[in-house]
Amino acid sequence: MKSFIDEKTFQSLLHDGMTLMVGGFLSNGSPERLIGAILDTSITDLTIICNDGGFEDRGVGRLIVAGRVKKLIASHIGTNPTAGRLMQEGKLIVTLIPQGSLIEKIRAHGAGLGGILTPTGLNTIVAEGKRVIQVQGRDYLLEEPLRADLALIGGAIADRYGNLRYRGTMRNFNPIIAMAADTVVAEPSTIVEMLDPEIIITPYPLVDYILKEEFR
Amino acid sequence: MDEKTIIAKRIALELHDGDLVNLGIGIPTMVADYLEPGKNVVLQCENGIIGIGPLSDTSTELVNAGGICATILPGGCFFDSAMSFSIIRGGHVDLTVLGALEVDQEGSLASWIIPGKKVPGMGGAMDLVVGAKKVIIAMTHTNKGIPKILKKCTLPLTAYKEANLIVTEMAVMAVQNDGLHLLEVNPQYTVDQVIQATEAPLRVDHVIPMKGIE
Repeated sequence: MKSFIDEKTFQSLLHDGMTLMVGGFLSNGSPERLIGAILDTSITDLTIICNDGGFEDRGVGRLIVAGRVKKLIASHIGTNPTAGRLMQEGKLIVTLIPQGSLIEKIRAHGAGLGGILTPTGLNTIVAEGKRVIQVQGRDYLLEEPLRADLALIGGAIADRYGNLRYRGTMRNFNPIIAMAADTVVAEPSTIVEMLDPEIIITPYPLVDYILKEEFR
Repeated sequence: MDEKTIIAKRIALELHDGDLVNLGIGIPTMVADYLEPGKNVVLQCENGIIGIGPLSDTSTELVNAGGICATILPGGCFFDSAMSFSIIRGGHVDLTVLGALEVDQEGSLASWIIPGKKVPGMGGAMDLVVGAKKVIIAMTHTNKGIPKILKKCTLPLTAYKEANLIVTEMAVMAVQNDGLHLLEVNPQYTVDQVIQATEAPLRVDHVIPMKGIE
């Protein structure tokens, strides 16, 4: 059985300068209550690894707008104008990585691999400083693994064991980041007694904490 | 008919029954509106869905790759981003349509950054153009008169030599080993006007009126 925690316990896991992976694609499937709980603390200097920069009022975009993020590793920041402005002003370090390479770098760490070889980004500025390795006569770019201190999972339905399945397109990065961080916290929209074992996407031993349902 | 509609209607003819297709944001998304009725094209979105249906204003758990609420068609399915990009990079997508800032005569394209001005990021575009079997560029022929179809791209590339077909409001051009071939011209323009608006040399062998826009 998992630890079902409240926002206060979640906040005790946070510290300045930590690296967070956050699920969601343009904030669809982002853990909004956990993001709100971070904003209720004074935690800052975060490194955020996420598909994108979210929106100014949704997803990881809220942390960026609040000045809590030192570095963002993402594939796209076009929907969050503040992220672009902070980057131009030198107040936010942004590392852009092709989406398919970003998810595979995360998967590589979670799967115990030393990186992945991809044709994506060859002959572009993405390849700068990276090794090109030839396999079976074709060139590939070596993309190294990516890890985090904490992964924040959204878009899920949990059972009381801590197993997760995901709703619609909210799956996106969530099950992959659940493999790649030292500590994993899930924010399910619903907690049920037991999920059908055939449809579980993230097995419960991979999840450390589950945020309790909100009392309404 | 406006420029975007002309481009979208022409590209719709390139989608075939049974194709698995990824449409980018903007003009490419409009292509789905002009498919012949009865044509069974399967649309994939890189955020993790095959069989995306029309937009919706009720769903909150299902969005397209532009983050807009949408629906799923019967037979469709959801998957995570690693699976999504395995499908894309692994060559399982038949066709991708995307916009570009510049394309050159070798089929290299630039679409994700204007250094010092605008840096939205590449999103899934680099993987899509490398992985899809066919890459169609949907864009206006010029940027307010300044050519976008160049001898050599000046902006940082999205990919090197990956575009196969360029469709603009003026013309349809194929990228081949010996350069760009002008295939079709919108009857509102002359071949000379197209050549004038294009920096890269165009091979003009057998040009026909642009299809699908009547």
